[in-house]
Amino acid sequence: MAETRLTTHDSKIEGNVIFTRFDAALNWVRKNSLWPMPMGLACCAIELMATAASRFDIARFGAEVMRFSPRQCDVMIVAGTVTYKMALAVKRIYEQMPEPKWVIAMGACASTGGMYRSYATLQGIDQLIPVDVYISGCPPRPEALLAGLMKLQEKISRERSFRDQKPELAERLEEVLG
Amino acid sequence: MTGQELFDSLVKAFGEKLQAKTEFRGETTYTIAGGDLREIVKFCRDELSFDYLLDITSIDNHGEEPRFEIVYHLYSMPHTVHLRLKLKVSEEIGAVDTVSDVWPTANWHEREAYDMMGIRFNGHVDLRRILMWDGYPYFPLRKDFPLEGLPSEMPDVAFTKATPLEGGPFVTIPSTAGSKDREPRARPPEL
Repeated sequence: MAETRLTTHDSKIEGNVIFTRFDAALNWVRKNSLWPMPMGLACCAIELMATAASRFDIARFGAEVMRFSPRQCDVMIVAGTVTYKMALAVKRIYEQMPEPKWVIAMGACASTGGMYRSYATLQGIDQLIPVDVYISGCPPRPEALLAGLMKLQEKISRERSFRDQKPELAERLEEVLG
Repeated sequence: MTGQELFDSLVKAFGEKLQAKTEFRGETTYTIAGGDLREIVKFCRDELSFDYLLDITSIDNHGEEPRFEIVYHLYSMPHTVHLRLKLKVSEEIGAVDTVSDVWPTANWHEREAYDMMGIRFNGHVDLRRILMWDGYPYFPLRKDFPLEGLPSEMPDVAFTKATPLEGGPFVTIPSTAGSKDREPRARPPEL
């Protein structure tokens, strides 16, 4: 006869435990604390500043911690016209950001080059770095940037973070746990 | 002194070195030769008190000879008078004397003219590109440079690609017509 073990009911932790998938918990933490890298290159940066200020208050979405060091950032907001002179610098800063990282192309210029169909302007930052969210507008209203940020949060919450970003660990866990 | 008195003393000092005079809407322009430039601008600054160089611009008259034209916009703070000096530069010579020692502000203006138009300035202390990067192989404001640009590559510095114009350039036409006709549209030359 199999041994059954009695477990006692612990009233101390009742109500303080939730069951969820590990990914869901991880994504929930990540998406509500996105630290932006403000890549302000043109007039869109003014709207970016307005979004961060009190009236629109990007802090409501956990993204108020603008870091000027790429090593502390999660999401790069490319706000403005990317000239060819600046393009490789933007790429280099993106590469210095730690994984996981996301990119928002804010406004027409960052998305496609915008009205600058000229010799000096990169026709969209997606030619150099992967972009997660594009925001239309010239420049976009702060509401549009907030909508873009919420779109990114949705995207993050759907990610298979653990399996995609830590494949070796996931494999080992599967082995150990059977 | 009035503007007329200043111009009279300029004519008195240089005579036929001032090749042509143009009056347009109260603005006076003298055309001069490249060799006389430094002599004339020093006189303008020291004797006529044109102490402020507003701007140096360059023009590409593509297809004409001489091809380039450089325009100096001078201003006299004490007399509140404007003066414009123009001189032509042929493509073979492609260089004029610097005025950056006369007006220090000319330093960057001349660098811009060099960067965009490829005109060199003899005696300039620091004639580098100012907007594009060192090593960019073209002069983008020349008329024979295509609007969409040309591909180039400087490893680890910058690159350029030709831009898809998609039926452009999208330009407005100055007219009194309604906004529907004036608005920026693709206007290929054959239409």
